[in-house]
Amino acid sequence: MIHQFDTVIIGSGLAGLRAAIEAAKYGSVAVLTKLFPTRSHSTSAQGGIGAALGNEEPDSPEWHLYDTVKGSDYLGDQDAIEIMCEDAIRTIVELEHLGVPFSRTTEGKIAQRRFGGHTRNFGEAPVRRACYSADRTGHAVLSALYEQCKPLGINFFSEFHVLDIVIENNKCHGVIALQIENGEIHVFNAKSTLVASGGYGKVFKTTSNAFASTGDCLSILFNAGLPLEDMEFFQFHPTGLYGLGILITEGVRGEGGVLINVQSERFMERYAPAIKDLAPRDMASRAIMTEIKEGRGIDGKDYVHLDLTRIPNQVLSERFPEITTFCKIYMGIDPSEKPIPVLPTAHYAMGGIPTDADGRVLNDEKAGVIKGLYAAGECACVSVHGANRLGCNSLLDTVVFGRRAGIAMAGENKNAERGNIHRDAIDNAASLIDLTIKRKGDQRIGDVRSELQTDMMDLCSVFRNEQGLKELVSKISIIEDKAEHITLKDKSKIFNTELLDAIEFGHLINLSKVIASSALQREESRGAHFRDDFPQRDDADWLKHTFAFKKERVVEFKHKPVKITKFQPEERKY
Amino acid sequence: MKTYNFKIKRFNPSEESSPQWQEFSVQMDPMERLLDGLIKIKDNSDGTLTFRRSCAHGICGSCAMKINGKNGLACQTLIKNMPERITIEPLAAYPVIKDLVVDMTQFFMKSEEVLPYLINAETPPERERLQSKDEQQKILESITCIMCGSCTSSCPTYWSDKEYLGPAALLKAYRFIFDSRDRAFDERLGRIIHAQGLWRCHSIYNCVEACPKEIDITGHITELKRLAVKNFFKRNK
Repeated sequence: MIHQFDTVIIGSGLAGLRAAIEAAKYGSVAVLTKLFPTRSHSTSAQGGIGAALGNEEPDSPEWHLYDTVKGSDYLGDQDAIEIMCEDAIRTIVELEHLGVPFSRTTEGKIAQRRFGGHTRNFGEAPVRRACYSADRTGHAVLSALYEQCKPLGINFFSEFHVLDIVIENNKCHGVIALQIENGEIHVFNAKSTLVASGGYGKVFKTTSNAFASTGDCLSILFNAGLPLEDMEFFQFHPTGLYGLGILITEGVRGEGGVLINVQSERFMERYAPAIKDLAPRDMASRAIMTEIKEGRGIDGKDYVHLDLTRIPNQVLSERFPEITTFCKIYMGIDPSEKPIPVLPTAHYAMGGIPTDADGRVLNDEKAGVIKGLYAAGECACVSVHGANRLGCNSLLDTVVFGRRAGIAMAGENKNAERGNIHRDAIDNAASLIDLTIKRKGDQRIGDVRSELQTDMMDLCSVFRNEQGLKELVSKISIIEDKAEHITLKDKSKIFNTELLDAIEFGHLINLSKVIASSALQREESRGAHFRDDFPQRDDADWLKHTFAFKKERVVEFKHKPVKITKFQPEERKY
Repeated sequence: MKTYNFKIKRFNPSEESSPQWQEFSVQMDPMERLLDGLIKIKDNSDGTLTFRRSCAHGICGSCAMKINGKNGLACQTLIKNMPERITIEPLAAYPVIKDLVVDMTQFFMKSEEVLPYLINAETPPERERLQSKDEQQKILESITCIMCGSCTSSCPTYWSDKEYLGPAALLKAYRFIFDSRDRAFDERLGRIIHAQGLWRCHSIYNCVEACPKEIDITGHITELKRLAVKNFFKRNK
């Protein structure tokens, strides 16, 4: 089936839906998602969305900008960060007007709480900047955006799995997708296409990410010859439930929760004397892993405790009902009575599809763009998060840059011709499915996938080094060969999730290779990327973005300078 | 590790004429979720076993199914709380697409009927609209719905009358009718006070039992009924 739209959006999380609302004012919009829209992973965001509203105490966009730059370990592009922080207040007010049920202060304003790395007066002390809806902020914002899409007549294609994003002669023509329910191939010709497909945490064994977070579209674009930026920077959130990786929001530490080791010591005081447990995530994750490595894990095991018993019961039940339930269901622990075992969990990709501040996808490190192709949200790299994202800046990023991409697409669409996807591209997509289904071999998808996820976790997570990364690159290459011998049992056209698993696994392998190779080439430590063998930040050689390109079976690198406007790099202390 | 017996209702209507039960024996760690068990079966025994899943911690609403006769989320069901024999079926009252995957089109369409979005055409203030904590308290429970479909699927009234709006859609109506910022009270109420709307709910409370987010859906629907009656008398005074 062939569809014609002005704008096609892949992904129905916050970035995709915010863009859809904008683009729908000027033309026809299709939103494709491999789930149902409200099942997108944005819904899992707990703690908050950042903006210097100053509802609870004085705050300013300038401080927000400084914190984000410093949090990024100076790798974030300061012009883009300034756009985000300056637009944050307007963005939150707009979300409230659209119906987001934010939690309120006693005066009825949007309530705000403390979050990691967000400070007043350039690092003095933590500030209340995160706007929240209890601990279901993502769910609240996603629901409101989806609801507001309804009266605008936006066309949703739920349970459509993207097979290809078609680029010819430096122009994006649209998307080829599989309707999961019946195995039919659909073609979406578009004037402009937005990739808002989210993250790819499933490359790691322990992750807070959903099963759907497999980075399909990044991998498709990389295979098409487009670069991926700063892929070595993957955030490990300090507090995942031990053994499960389910997230416990940083917001609990904003409300008084603390990390403790086996000696009942509040160890973050040693690592970040000024803001302690509200240190940025990269530092807190390293601190936890260091405590464990040095034998101060709880009972000699590989976890520490997150103590929420210090939070008044009423605050815990009112502001953190969801995580209280998680702890009870999954750990059998009532967090108001006992500390929770936690360990860092793969959480957020700072790297992704390089874009300008209006979401236009770059085709090289020199700011050339692809016509009609946009990206926003976690899959994109603007770059506002640099080497380490601050908590509650990701929701802000999705909504600010989703909207900007929506406006830019509407502008481009006025004078653009609709794409026209040719038969051979459709045949290629169909044969990919055919080949995957008919493939014969002795490998099972679950085994090979867990091998990849374990290797990535062991060799490419919080701490990395040359030897480990080299070993990883060669292991991934072996896994790539094994994947050629995966056999599927399900040959049906109807809701074939085994086929989707196989396609997604191909993308996971592809992205793992880019992440590992990018980590290997960056011989310094910055933000979430920490090399035991190069433990210092090296601004002289490495204050630059990585651009990874596909070159047959290997990855090739180019670099792009960081945009520095207001804040010169300095030592990052908290 | 302990062995559990998963008895699963399998059906691919495009290829088979009727459902079949199939049993699998699965090694499970007590802390694992029922969803982990289904994934083990898919990965190790039978790749054709089909179910939806995404977040795996009870917030996306993908993996609702009937577990030992009761609707719930596979990702929120810990294996240590289960007997050794576990019966798993797709949600009732929705057409089966394949195995545990059901067609939820009608379920989502029901919510569309109640204008499920905040409506307020007044010029908004420069900053956020104020909303008191008491005002927000009224909608706090209703906004936690994850649209998993467990409630409507468990409702006997819905089983017998597919035209009935069902608990999820009525809860959605409640969420906006009781939001102090919404201005479409009459229109929205008009969309639910008909024979197959609000009044079709017979307070059976199955939906409350089925809801994985523990929302008192029947209680919310009762509030709506009370409001509708009050509104009727106010109009006809």
